[in-house]
Amino acid sequence: MTLTIPELSLVALVGVSGSGKSTFARRLFKPTEILSSDTCRGLVSDDENSQPATKDAFELLHFIARKRLAAGKLTVVDATNVQPESRKPLVQLAREFHCLPVAIVLDVPESIAHARNKARPDREFGPHVIRQQASQLHRSLRRLQREGFRKVHVLRSLEEIEAAVIERQPLWNNLRHEHGPFDIIGDVHGCYDELVELLQQLGYSVGEASGMSPTDAPEPTAPRTGTTCVLRGPEGRKLIFLGDLVDRGPRVPQVLKLVMGAVASGTALCVPGNHDMKLMRKLRGSNVQITHGLAESLEQLAEEPEAFQEQVADFLDGLISHYVLDDGRLVVAHAGMKESMQGRGSSAVRDFALYGETTGETDEFDRPIRYNWAAEYRGSATVVYGHTPVPEPEWLNRTINIDTGCVFGGRLTALRYPENELVSVPARQTYAEPRRPFLEPAEQAPGLSAQQEHDDVLDLADVTGKRLINTRLHASVTVREENATAALEVMSRFAVNPKWLLYLPPTMSPCGTSQLDGLLEHPAEAFAYYRHEGVPRVICEEKHMGSRAVVIVCRDEAAARQRFGIMEEGFGVCYTRTGRRFFDDEPKETEFLSRVRDAINVAGFWDEFQTDWVCLDCELMPWSAKAQALLTEQYAPVGTAAKAMLAHATDLLEQTGTRGLDVEELLARTSARRSMATDYVSAYQRYCWPVTSVNDLKLAPFHLLATEGRVHTDKSHEWHMHTLARLAGGILMATPFRIVDITDPQSEVDATRWWEELTATGGEGMVVKPLDFVARGKRGLIQPAVKCRGREYLRIIYGPEYTAPENLDRLRSRGLNRKRSLALREFALGLEALERFTRREPLRRVHECVFGVLALESEPVDPRL
Amino acid sequence: MLLTLTTTHRPATDLGYLLRKNPARAQSFNLSFGRAHVFYPEAGEERCTAALLVEVDPVGLVRNRRGPAGEGGLLDQYVNDRPYAASSFLSVAIADVFGTAMSGACKERPELAQHPIPLRVVLPAVPSRGGTDLLHRLWEPLGYEVHATRLPLDEQFPDWGESGFHRLELETTQPLHQVLSHLYVLIPVLDNDKHYWVGDEEVAKLMRHGEGWLSTHPERAAITRRYLKHQRGLVNDALAQLADDAGTDPDETAGLKAAEEAALEYSVETLPQSIPATPPEGSPKEQEPTPEERAPSLNEQRLGSVLAVLKGSGATSVVDLGCGEGKLLRALLKERQFTRILGMDVSHHSLETAADRLHLDRMPPKQKARIGLLHGSLMYRDARLTGFDGASVVEVIEHLDPPRLASFERVLFEFARPGTVVVTTPNREYNVKWETLPAGKFRHRDHRFEWTRAEFQTWANAVAERFGYRVRFLPVGPEDAAVGAPTQMGIFERQAT
Repeated sequence: MTLTIPELSLVALVGVSGSGKSTFARRLFKPTEILSSDTCRGLVSDDENSQPATKDAFELLHFIARKRLAAGKLTVVDATNVQPESRKPLVQLAREFHCLPVAIVLDVPESIAHARNKARPDREFGPHVIRQQASQLHRSLRRLQREGFRKVHVLRSLEEIEAAVIERQPLWNNLRHEHGPFDIIGDVHGCYDELVELLQQLGYSVGEASGMSPTDAPEPTAPRTGTTCVLRGPEGRKLIFLGDLVDRGPRVPQVLKLVMGAVASGTALCVPGNHDMKLMRKLRGSNVQITHGLAESLEQLAEEPEAFQEQVADFLDGLISHYVLDDGRLVVAHAGMKESMQGRGSSAVRDFALYGETTGETDEFDRPIRYNWAAEYRGSATVVYGHTPVPEPEWLNRTINIDTGCVFGGRLTALRYPENELVSVPARQTYAEPRRPFLEPAEQAPGLSAQQEHDDVLDLADVTGKRLINTRLHASVTVREENATAALEVMSRFAVNPKWLLYLPPTMSPCGTSQLDGLLEHPAEAFAYYRHEGVPRVICEEKHMGSRAVVIVCRDEAAARQRFGIMEEGFGVCYTRTGRRFFDDEPKETEFLSRVRDAINVAGFWDEFQTDWVCLDCELMPWSAKAQALLTEQYAPVGTAAKAMLAHATDLLEQTGTRGLDVEELLARTSARRSMATDYVSAYQRYCWPVTSVNDLKLAPFHLLATEGRVHTDKSHEWHMHTLARLAGGILMATPFRIVDITDPQSEVDATRWWEELTATGGEGMVVKPLDFVARGKRGLIQPAVKCRGREYLRIIYGPEYTAPENLDRLRSRGLNRKRSLALREFALGLEALERFTRREPLRRVHECVFGVLALESEPVDPRL
Repeated sequence: MLLTLTTTHRPATDLGYLLRKNPARAQSFNLSFGRAHVFYPEAGEERCTAALLVEVDPVGLVRNRRGPAGEGGLLDQYVNDRPYAASSFLSVAIADVFGTAMSGACKERPELAQHPIPLRVVLPAVPSRGGTDLLHRLWEPLGYEVHATRLPLDEQFPDWGESGFHRLELETTQPLHQVLSHLYVLIPVLDNDKHYWVGDEEVAKLMRHGEGWLSTHPERAAITRRYLKHQRGLVNDALAQLADDAGTDPDETAGLKAAEEAALEYSVETLPQSIPATPPEGSPKEQEPTPEERAPSLNEQRLGSVLAVLKGSGATSVVDLGCGEGKLLRALLKERQFTRILGMDVSHHSLETAADRLHLDRMPPKQKARIGLLHGSLMYRDARLTGFDGASVVEVIEHLDPPRLASFERVLFEFARPGTVVVTTPNREYNVKWETLPAGKFRHRDHRFEWTRAEFQTWANAVAERFGYRVRFLPVGPEDAAVGAPTQMGIFERQAT
């Protein structure tokens, strides 16, 4: 005997003690699907038969059931369930989670149950218990359907129980295996001519069996009977109608014929709209109010044969509330579908699909105020819907309403999926007057999209707590709660407007530690690292000693508003690696950004990259421009104190020496310290110069991170260097670099010599990167870059006296693993933020990533690395 | 770091006996953080100079430090003035190497040890957080002639100004042990930092080494506060002990205590409330108290006014946005009218302090049920902030970047939407009344703006209009006919829709 049950259901086993429910469940369901009341009794009381534990046991059982059903998991409740009051909460649970309650009754003779219980030493109850349960069970049998169980299977003998097999049926709305591509069409409302025109634009050929092109046909008097629309679509494409085919418009029967034919032939799917359902009820004889354009439908259908009306009623009656398509990536429904209801079945789900959600209040036109479920939507599936006419279809949190009010004189719109292109045709006339004017622009700030409007304020729940962020590069990155806590403060107090923050740079690890005399870092370790990861060629870029800066420049303020939703905050921004505005002084920032924009104008990037904005990863010099406080509060004072104290000590020791005392060793050490202090001061002085105007700044861009629609991580670093070199001039400078073949020792020698030259004159050193922006090695993603810093530069990192042999030896023991792991995770998050931004995902999705970078930065890592 | 002691007492070489270090040879001593060397650049009848050179192991300083990461301040850094500047390390070295001398004992010259002798002390690099002035104020009352020369920060960049270091020369005629005690106490006071954890035993040390001079020193409050690293509990203990010591008028002492506490509380509450885990570029180190701090009643008046408004509004549930360390929360808790009190702050650190101060862990359950603390931000919409009758935003908005105010407005007035909102912010016009506040400067380094009354009222009226509130304004603090009160308050009442 095959028992069919919906794939997502709450299955209540019903049977007396000893009827074999647990054995039955074990045979037919996964162990994790079964929630047994006895097990729960055991969990809360250590005794599976404890009757006093019943209440707690069922609370636990219901708790687990809720978690499973929320996650969309079939759940079997193994309890006697012979009393209506024990079944009632199960039906309620199923309703709450919009899945179907199913009862499977195991009706075995009392004697068998009694014998089984007697055979078990732990069951001490007498035969009267079984008798009472059995009588409750038999009284229940007829009531199960009424109680709300959508399917009831009764197994009346041991044989039936043993022979039973379960067949899990997909829900009607589950079309995950359909991958499209689809053309999804909004509310048609009888606008047949516009529909045909739209279909033709989409590449479908539409004809009537009579051979006459429908668009040529005289209008409402066209033959109404006996014609069938023939629809042939572009290869592999499928139509989806979002409902409300009928009412208000001029050619309701033609629309119905076309859609019914297309659905029957498998060229189209259709979900029902509220108008369609009302028409269906009227056709079925219900007493409904003839309002909102139903009269037109009825009038037009009256001229069709009765059989057709019957067909229409059957067709509409058979429509499924919503569909889940393309492996769950696409959901279509007339009025939308919130995440917790997608792919579920209940009358609440159907109501949501037909009417959406309302707040329970009404507006000044006496229409129910719709609850904006899309604003809170956080699902991963794209939801395409209609129902409420809007002047422009706009994406909001991966949902889009494409009802552009054709019948009200607007347009008929289709969304091509997965291309996400909108195609629409204008209405030929206004067929009906809307009760609420919909063509007037909604109350929005001028020039902002619905998504930008929505994104104006981010929600705390989207950033705090422990988070797992899925990235394209590096699987998922975990952000720990305490780190998010730290990031919240920095982000809130110091960061620029989050609308500007589409990237934060990752930390960079140094190369492995050199064992060469007097050195902590040397290029050999950098080359070896990449060679061991299987990378043949690397690029060495001069490392500028300034401050990391991300620069975003738009063509103009209008572009900033249009693309970033930024109002009155200029046409660009320059921020630090923690997201803080670089310039405190607004005119200076504007002047600086103008220089960058001028360079981009001259280089012709706007046209070349078809973009209105550019995001650059740069180094901004001098170091003193941003690090002034650090310099005057830490670096310079250390030099001052060191020089004053060591000079005095050297003098005193020399004086002591002349008295004939043995202070030679101390004197030698102290004068060595004195010269290291002097070297230290020269080291930081090289990176400082006074800045009186923007002219004194230098900007060295080294990554052209992104432009409209593109994240340029598919290009090599050589491309980035050459492309950005075209911006050089004025305050912008090109970065010297060289390509090194690390399988060729001579090439390495040359590059090492170059590094030695750079660092001998006090340069910070160089950054070594694999030639590809994103490089993978033996164990996945490898370091996107490692830095190789010069001996003198490192004095300002490891202190003036780090080169003293006794210090250097100890400093050589430093662990790089944490730093490298962090660098990879931040790299993945940074690029993910850019990807999401260029794909026009909601701001919270971009912000989640940059917030993640900032949070990871609060992980304790040796700051010297 | 380096210290020299020179005497012209005759015979000057007696200095060797007093210090118990033979002028005829150089000696070295191991210390927990490095080595100390004592040598005599000159040792004649007329003049004798002893030098104490302390070598701090710069790598060990960072690597051997115990305690949580990020809480060591400069001790986390290799680029560190500690090996060079006079600091608590030097005090420890003095106590270690010249311990006997400091106790006033001397086997060979017991009388000389107690006898005033001419002494000259040179410290080539002394940090003085408090400027040249502080050096004079600390040393002169103790009978020293002070020669202090400020060291330039960097000769190549004269516009960076002068450093916080001085070359300090002190001349006096006093018993050596007294001078050593003064150095021991005052070096860390000048530096305003300690390399080790300051605990109860530090009070005893201060009493011992300060005996006979600290209780009458005009700067005793500042010395005590800085010596005990600003730990309020310890400071009060010490000040109480000092009062007994000097037998001063109890009223004066009470006044002193109150002023101390107010200044401290103020610095805790409104100066940098928290150190972000990722320090922002150029985060401030320490700040000199602003004039406002010395008018402790203003903060009290402000909180009192906020409390009055909230009580008057009839609110039973209130949220204090930017509650800091919970001073207003404590006042709210005392009012039985408020049955649900929530404190929110963006600084996790402040909230921990608030929990401490409120004794949240020891609060009776009934009381505890009334109050909650929440880590959150005014930059993000937060469902947890909805449903309150009243909200206070005390001295918070001026810490927000002007472009971010728009988010704050929506988060508070559109989404949280409390019935009554009390906003306070400085009145910039009043700043001219603070004599020591340079013109055009803000009262606090983290202030992103300070508004005139007209600016605040324009903003508040626009916000009220946009979000359906009615607003009225209240001055807080002493009102001046021309420039108004130091603090301005806007009271927003939600209008029925």
